[in-house]
Amino acid sequence: MQILAPDGSTVGDPDVGLSTERLREALRWMIVARRLDRECIALQRQGELTVYPGFEGQEAAQVGSALALGADDFVFPTFRELAVALVRGVDAVRYLWYHRGTWHGGPYDPRATRFGPICIPVATQVVHAVGYAMGVRKDGSDAVAIAYVGDGATSEGDFHEGANLAAVFGAPAVLFVQNNGWAISVPTRDQTAGEIWKRAEGYGMPGVRVDGNDVLAVYRATAEAVTRARRGDGPTLIEAMTYRIGAHSTADDAGRYRDDADVERARAFDPIARFRTWMLAEGRVDEQAVEAFEHDADAFAGSVREGLVAQDPPPAEWMFDWVYAEPPSILDRQRREALG
Amino acid sequence: MAEHSMAEHSMVGALNQALHDALHDDERVLVFGEDVARLGGVFRVTEGLRDAFGPERVFDTPISEAGIAGAAVGLAFAGWKSVVEMQFDAFSYPALEQVIDHVAKMRMRTRGRVDMPIVIRIPSFGGIRGKEHHGESPETYYVHTAGLKVVTPSSPLDAYRLLRHAIVDPDPVVFLEPKARYWPKETGALTFDEPGIGVGRVLRDGDACTLVAYGAMVVRCLEAAEQLAADGIEARVVDLRSLSPLDLDLLERCAVQTGRIVVVHEAPRTLGMGAEVAARVMELAFDHLEAPVARVTGWDVPYPPASLEQRYLPSVERIAAGARAVVSY
Repeated sequence: MQILAPDGSTVGDPDVGLSTERLREALRWMIVARRLDRECIALQRQGELTVYPGFEGQEAAQVGSALALGADDFVFPTFRELAVALVRGVDAVRYLWYHRGTWHGGPYDPRATRFGPICIPVATQVVHAVGYAMGVRKDGSDAVAIAYVGDGATSEGDFHEGANLAAVFGAPAVLFVQNNGWAISVPTRDQTAGEIWKRAEGYGMPGVRVDGNDVLAVYRATAEAVTRARRGDGPTLIEAMTYRIGAHSTADDAGRYRDDADVERARAFDPIARFRTWMLAEGRVDEQAVEAFEHDADAFAGSVREGLVAQDPPPAEWMFDWVYAEPPSILDRQRREALG
Repeated sequence: MAEHSMAEHSMVGALNQALHDALHDDERVLVFGEDVARLGGVFRVTEGLRDAFGPERVFDTPISEAGIAGAAVGLAFAGWKSVVEMQFDAFSYPALEQVIDHVAKMRMRTRGRVDMPIVIRIPSFGGIRGKEHHGESPETYYVHTAGLKVVTPSSPLDAYRLLRHAIVDPDPVVFLEPKARYWPKETGALTFDEPGIGVGRVLRDGDACTLVAYGAMVVRCLEAAEQLAADGIEARVVDLRSLSPLDLDLLERCAVQTGRIVVVHEAPRTLGMGAEVAARVMELAFDHLEAPVARVTGWDVPYPPASLEQRYLPSVERIAAGARAVVSY
């Protein structure tokens, strides 16, 4: 599925059901997300974050899919969905506590924004999304769960188990694969011999492949999947084709396994440039507004930096505070030993 | 809450009643796993539950242990309390990543915002002439994982009590069911009372030494204690029940009062519960010990085939010999 060609011209119906206001919101989030992503890489270089996994090039896949979700829908992310988190209203400083080494998982309140803990064990969150979807269905809610994974995650057993369970139970879930071409150093062609979206048929659910750098197409594909799930017609597998412009993380040296020329070629498919071109040509936004978005993005990145560097290391009590609801006496003894 | 009068119960029946009563008392409780609904479980622990509570609350899953444990995590985010069954000890291993990375850690990972009231029932241990992968003692894997509680009953009445406590616990509980004790009967009333998780029990008093055990080995220790009594050695028998958290107060008391400790388990000796009990007793009551802590355990070998399992499991004779050794030290 594609609506916007890389040059910003349309190859499909651009009326995906988003008002001009929402389209501007999408562009703004993409610009803000990229700016914050670059700020995070700088913060890591300056020692303010530990390892940081960038997502440049995946802004359309993340913002487009996130905008298709309702307030009650629940996101089960990987560690690379900062743009989704921003759209969901997750506090960016709290989110980045994770990458600052302040706390694990979801230092924000995952229930308040319905954005689950950052999940590193590959594909394990797929099953959580499916369980959550089964659970809300039992309560008669029409809420939907969405699991984000990468192309590499589709090789994991938990991806298969989650997909199979979702289909068997007709769970209101969306399995959203961002195929960014790379699982650290392994290209998709060495990860899987087939096409990921086509596996859906074997599971007994619809599968769709979408241009992941086309925010309109991503929005439409996700909105259709969410609608299907909401009305009780079960899960959908979406494969969004995108490209990881940066390295796997700040600890990675992508030059060891891919050519810079490939990355430069991929930049021609940039999701923000394409959408901005179309928005300007359509008169949905003007240059002044885009400049204002960029200014907002700078200010936002600055405020996140400020909030983050002000964060002191957490108290050592935190190691003990949430291991159990009520600490057993055997752990209390250790707590006293550790804290003196 | 259900009231039960005096009757004869097998552990299978007591566990079934506990699940029935928990499903009845709390409509957020779900029971699911492989073959638990139509069949009632390969050991019939879940028999009749689907008929009583319907397929929305008691359901079969595909063969998918990681999926079962992971779905329980997602269901907990949605406010459900899952009681899941792993069909056999060794079949719980595909779920270890979910259990260690998420079930055990999600409270910590969400800074206490999300409870994980999940019970993972696992028919465990040996002694029933099972095939390979059907007789393992997986407790150390779980006990070594912070955030989990690990319990195992040794009798039908205590199985009922412990499972009721496990299901109302806001934290995840790995519930190891000793297959060899599934069918022997015990007479009494099924009661949801104390002691709960974290507390061990003295099943036989004595002052010459303490036999510390859990699961099916408790009964062998009681038999060994009878043999020893015939020779004038009065052994105390402790059922740990709760492998995590351990009842340190009880271990300390037994070490102080009897001065001699024998730990008995089916699991291989190396890094088994015996190692932990010995270390704790040494830390808590070294000056009271009259002999080194003895370990009577399975060997450091893979669980053997049916025809050799009684050569692997601690026998009553080995337990009694271990007790005599510490008493005469």
